[in-house]
Amino acid sequence: MWYGDLGLLTAKVARNLALPPAYWRLVVREMEVMGVRSLGVALTAAAFTGMVFALQSAINMARFGAENYVGPLVTMAIFRELGPVLTAILVGGKVASGITAELGSMKVTEQIDALRTLGVNYIKRLVVPRLLAAVIVFPLLTVLADVFGVLGGMLTMFLERGTDLYAYWNVTAYWVVPRDFLTGIAKSVCFGAIVTLIGCANGLRTEGGTEGLGRATTATVVQVAMAVIVSDFFLTKLFLMIFW
Amino acid sequence: MTPLVELVDVYKSFEGVPVLQGVTLALPKGETHVVMGGSGSGKTVMLRLTAGLIRPDSGEIRLFGTNIERMAEELLLPLRRRLGYVFQGAALFDSLSVYENVAYPLREHRKLPEAEIRRRVVHYLSLVGLGEEVLPMLPADLSGGMRKRVGIARALVGEPEVLLFDEPTAGLDPTNAKLVAELIAELRTGVCDTALVVTHDLELAKTIADRVSILIRGRFAVSGPLAAVLDSASAEVQAFLAGELRTS
Repeated sequence: MWYGDLGLLTAKVARNLALPPAYWRLVVREMEVMGVRSLGVALTAAAFTGMVFALQSAINMARFGAENYVGPLVTMAIFRELGPVLTAILVGGKVASGITAELGSMKVTEQIDALRTLGVNYIKRLVVPRLLAAVIVFPLLTVLADVFGVLGGMLTMFLERGTDLYAYWNVTAYWVVPRDFLTGIAKSVCFGAIVTLIGCANGLRTEGGTEGLGRATTATVVQVAMAVIVSDFFLTKLFLMIFW
Repeated sequence: MTPLVELVDVYKSFEGVPVLQGVTLALPKGETHVVMGGSGSGKTVMLRLTAGLIRPDSGEIRLFGTNIERMAEELLLPLRRRLGYVFQGAALFDSLSVYENVAYPLREHRKLPEAEIRRRVVHYLSLVGLGEEVLPMLPADLSGGMRKRVGIARALVGEPEVLLFDEPTAGLDPTNAKLVAELIAELRTGVCDTALVVTHDLELAKTIADRVSILIRGRFAVSGPLAAVLDSASAEVQAFLAGELRTS
């Protein structure tokens, strides 16, 4: 049932993407809501993840005499997985539950039906701008999360292990290649779309007044986390098949 | 002349429970048709079907001569712009002011200068008896009667050919209910002369109806001019009018 709703919504969005009018002003507003207001969460999580990952790696890799490779390890992990996945789960949960709450509230108070009776294409007005904003904002947030994660790792290695920053950077730059970064960014585009569609689908199918709204919002947070983790595996498989 | 709204043998059920069972109705231009029925009789479902918000299980629904029962949402939009729908709870956009609510259809569908939008908003609000002082207010700051009036103004601002009213007097005190009834009657003289109204309020029907249908257990038990409906020989109809009909 839920998959059916999500599939139908995806088909409707695809059909409506090219239809007029283009609500660019709403896209910009949604970018501000999703992006600017989520920066703190995304960057703090990324920086501390990079720091703790570097610390754990350094201690354990030192046992094998491989502490020099902490830089590439941390950077690749952040670029390929931690940056996009953590951003999608943290920001996605926040963004998607907000979307579900807003659309669900509109649904139970008949505001969506009011839009429809006014001759407004509600998919175009309510879903498409959010989707477009998400596929722009999620990669941008991921880029920033990547930067903060890598810098967090580097700083930890310098402060805790006394690593030479120039050597750390040199080894990292030697081993890490652009596709490590780009596959993570490509994932974040997919995560942005998945997260938004789940938030919108749950909002638009909300029933049962405020109680139903609460249930829908909670379900969104769980479904977003699961969808990101599960789709990450398949996206990883896909990118490995294409690029390796 | 082709009716503006037409339902032919419409059936609708929800999860196997029949709600409408063969409803047929034609609304010609210039007529106000009041559909009466108790709670859960299917009045609102009929109105939602008429606007294409939900689809029937079977039967035909025509808006302005076009069959809409299987029409895609995007194709329905131009037809809906020719309708004005007033919701039972007004369904105002709660994050927008009264001004933005009423201006919404104009901003969406017409490229008008702001001064003209404001002129029209003020004009239609004055038609429903509201002054400029309500323009900056949010729906949450309004009384039930005022919300309903703003909902009517929003439906009117697009200059519809047909108005659909869902329980326009429900939840209002007798004074406000009378005012809304008089307002709907006044709208017929120049603003919008065709309306489909669903209500359980007999006093409203007496004020505005050209034609009345009584919906009992998903079917029209009687349909015709108000006087004929009031004199109906049907025991069910008389029981409904006396407030003694048990439908559930």
